[in-house]
Amino acid sequence: MGKFKSDLGDLVNPSCFQEPLDASGCSKEVLISQLKMMLTIRMVEEVVAELVIGGEAKCPCHLGIGQEAIPVGVSKLLKNTDHVFGGHRSHAHYLSVGGDVYGLFSEILGKVTGCSKGMGGSMHLFAGDKGFKGALPIVGGTTPIAMGAGLAAKMDGNGDVAVSYFGDGAVEGGVVQESLNLASVLDLPVLFVCENNLYSSHLDIQLRQSSDKVSRFAEAHRMENRVVDGNDVIAVSKATEELLQLARAGKGPGFLEAITYRWRGHVGPDENIDVGVRRKNEDLLAWKKRDPIQRLVEGMENEKLIGNGELEKIKKDIRASIIKAKDEALEAPYPEKSALLDLVYSDKK
Amino acid sequence: MTIEKKVSYGEAICSGFQYLLGKYPNVFTIGQGLWAPWYVGNSMKDLDKDFGIERVIDSPVSEAACTGAAIGASLCGYRPVIIHPRMDFMLLTIDQVVNQAAKWSHMLGGQAHPAVTIRSIINRGGEQGAQHSQALHAWFAHVPGLRVVLPATVKDARDLLISSVLSDDPVLYIDDRWLYELEDVLPPVEEIDLVKIKPQVMKEGKDITLVGTSFSAHMCLQAASNLNENGIDCEVIDLRVINPLDVSAVVESVKKTGRLCAIDGGWRTCGLAGEVIVRVMEEIDLGTLKSKAKRITLPDAPAPSSKPLEEAYYPSINEVCASIIEQVG
Repeated sequence: MGKFKSDLGDLVNPSCFQEPLDASGCSKEVLISQLKMMLTIRMVEEVVAELVIGGEAKCPCHLGIGQEAIPVGVSKLLKNTDHVFGGHRSHAHYLSVGGDVYGLFSEILGKVTGCSKGMGGSMHLFAGDKGFKGALPIVGGTTPIAMGAGLAAKMDGNGDVAVSYFGDGAVEGGVVQESLNLASVLDLPVLFVCENNLYSSHLDIQLRQSSDKVSRFAEAHRMENRVVDGNDVIAVSKATEELLQLARAGKGPGFLEAITYRWRGHVGPDENIDVGVRRKNEDLLAWKKRDPIQRLVEGMENEKLIGNGELEKIKKDIRASIIKAKDEALEAPYPEKSALLDLVYSDKK
Repeated sequence: MTIEKKVSYGEAICSGFQYLLGKYPNVFTIGQGLWAPWYVGNSMKDLDKDFGIERVIDSPVSEAACTGAAIGASLCGYRPVIIHPRMDFMLLTIDQVVNQAAKWSHMLGGQAHPAVTIRSIINRGGEQGAQHSQALHAWFAHVPGLRVVLPATVKDARDLLISSVLSDDPVLYIDDRWLYELEDVLPPVEEIDLVKIKPQVMKEGKDITLVGTSFSAHMCLQAASNLNENGIDCEVIDLRVINPLDVSAVVESVKKTGRLCAIDGGWRTCGLAGEVIVRVMEEIDLGTLKSKAKRITLPDAPAPSSKPLEEAYYPSINEVCASIIEQVG
């Protein structure tokens, strides 16, 4: 394992951080809304998994089940005028800024009613009116683009920010390092969000880097950074708030490293126990006990922020609207064949 | 009668930037050497002083991230020009150009367009060798979604830059250092929609159609001038935009002359000259051809450094003329 040394301590020990979240002093309204969004994301992705298993969805679908707290925690602090960019595993990034569920199902099914008009599938998502400028699957590819959106935001001078979501694998590519340097040198209002789930497609971070602490690269660029339990939506929001306050005030970029674990494989519905090098069933079982949703619910119960039976009703309502959206998406039409050539350049739009 | 002042191709590019930066507050430029413009000849002289270092940004040695930054800003209402003073270094940006900018509109359903201009300079000769001499325009012309522009004249050097920056699509604008000393009178700026820019006939003739772009268009003109003495009347066409490629003017010309020679500063295999020839051959009645079509390109080898090899590498005007004489017969 080369020169690897773990610098994250308990944050990567799945038997730690399993207790309920500390919700004391939190707004009930905010937590209920965050809980609803996390449930929506999880249930949508579970339905996507069913669509893949059932053969209705054919495009590669990268599920982020288990990682829901990060985008939900971040998006609480975002405005529609901010610029958000994602990667290959971005259903949650899209949904958490208000991207439409029906638009997502339609897109995954290749329908013209999709958020990208059926031209992209799961890996190419867009919700311009929500500030979601694009999620695209070349690892690290949208990070410099987000940094450029940060340059635009700086020139606009309105206090808007750009957000770049990427994983622990992306920092192994040169362009992400270039982007961190440029954002730092030009003092750009960019929030870099690294969802460190400890695996690239299949390979453990221990076999890929000299440390599991990705934010060491932020340190190298003298960038404000926070490392948090990515399965704690309250901690994610708090760290995001601190970093965005600086960025919006013109004090330069921030880097949020959120430690998490994906419950499914790199792509598709399978849990991929036998695929990941060192990815073990006992790890997965332990990480499932660090469930960001269950811990939030228990934390809210401790503070009497959610009543008896309320959770079941919320789940039932969300489930019903998701199933309706999926059924409608299955019935929706495909794009016209003319889209193939008409969308290459802007003049035929 | 007043004699109008002539300006050079390099100065014309600079006047294009002055026009754009002066008129459009959402235009900015970023790239290496912009505060020390010997990097790019006289083509961006004093822009930083005239328009400020916030809009004329000299950058770290990060070709890919700077290109991505320009793409990102273009998605947020700006019209940036990313400068690559040498095309070879632009290869570090391929993901941003080919995977991201070129496909952005298509893969997101035509809902967003990166209105970015990538200016890249071909800088050949001078014993600079394999990694400082490439002309890779044909690579980028292969990619749907990019517009690829190569100005051959002083007027086009300025006006096609303006058209490129005002286009809503990602545009690769490629100029050639071998043209920087070219001089002409510049008429007032005309803002022309890039979509409307078509190949133009630089010289009419009846015996053979010569097709080129950028520096090779001037080789065609020079050959036409030299061959006048031999009684060969060449028609010369400058393609100007090679992606999307429109060869209808060339087809019409070959119907008239019955002969076609395509000259290109890139390599032979899968190159621009071959593409032009095949497109024309697909459109015309081959029986009307008076001779087989020909292409004059670089040999399929990296650029050498040593002087005699370099002389052998780049087609000379005498070689071009000899080839045309043989073709006309």
